[in-house]
Amino acid sequence: MKSVRVQPEDFDPGDEMTALGALGSGGVASFVGHVRGDGELIALTLEHYPQMTAKALDDLAEQALERWALDGVTLIHRIGRLVPGDRIVLVCTASRHRAAALEACAYLIDRLKTDAPFWKKEEFGDGRSSWVEARQSDDAAAERWG
Amino acid sequence: MADVTLLYFASIREKLGREMEERVLPESARTVHDLIEWLVTQDANYASAFAEPAKLRCAIDQVMAPLDAPLAGAREIAFFPPVTGG
Repeated sequence: MKSVRVQPEDFDPGDEMTALGALGSGGVASFVGHVRGDGELIALTLEHYPQMTAKALDDLAEQALERWALDGVTLIHRIGRLVPGDRIVLVCTASRHRAAALEACAYLIDRLKTDAPFWKKEEFGDGRSSWVEARQSDDAAAERWG
Repeated sequence: MADVTLLYFASIREKLGREMEERVLPESARTVHDLIEWLVTQDANYASAFAEPAKLRCAIDQVMAPLDAPLAGAREIAFFPPVTGG
């Protein structure tokens, strides 16, 4: 099972994990990313490249399915304006092997940070706003998967 | 060379003040890099938007591509800064 979604709406991690758990694999791994409440951050706006995003996420899911023995993958990424504490991203993987589920989940979140066309703009309490700069540590995390 | 759609996202879009345009590319634009060199001669906004090649990313027909990728047959070329999703 492969489910890839890009949406402004929130999602329920419990519902998504339950759906993968129902596949009967025995193991479900997950990662949920939230907006960090750094400093005076009041909101984060996520822009994306609509014609490309779904395909980029689908390609990542396919790569994980080829690389590990998975029964299911769910990727959800939100777009639009979010506030500290809001959920941004969900990665869920189901496998009968825990190492495969955990590694594939880590792979997907690492690669998603460097391979999917999303950009974040921060708004601060004093009226400033700025685009989030990509971090070299994210590139290094993605590159470790080869 | 045929018409192409150029798309701009995030800080690149803001610096250019536009999100898309249709262009007929010159014969000299054989790679993404050639295209950038041509665009920066068009007006000062392009020179500003493309001033830092190390912070520029590109997708050709919705697939990430390096700046030395060939443009032959490309229909949609997008420029943007390094991505920051997740």
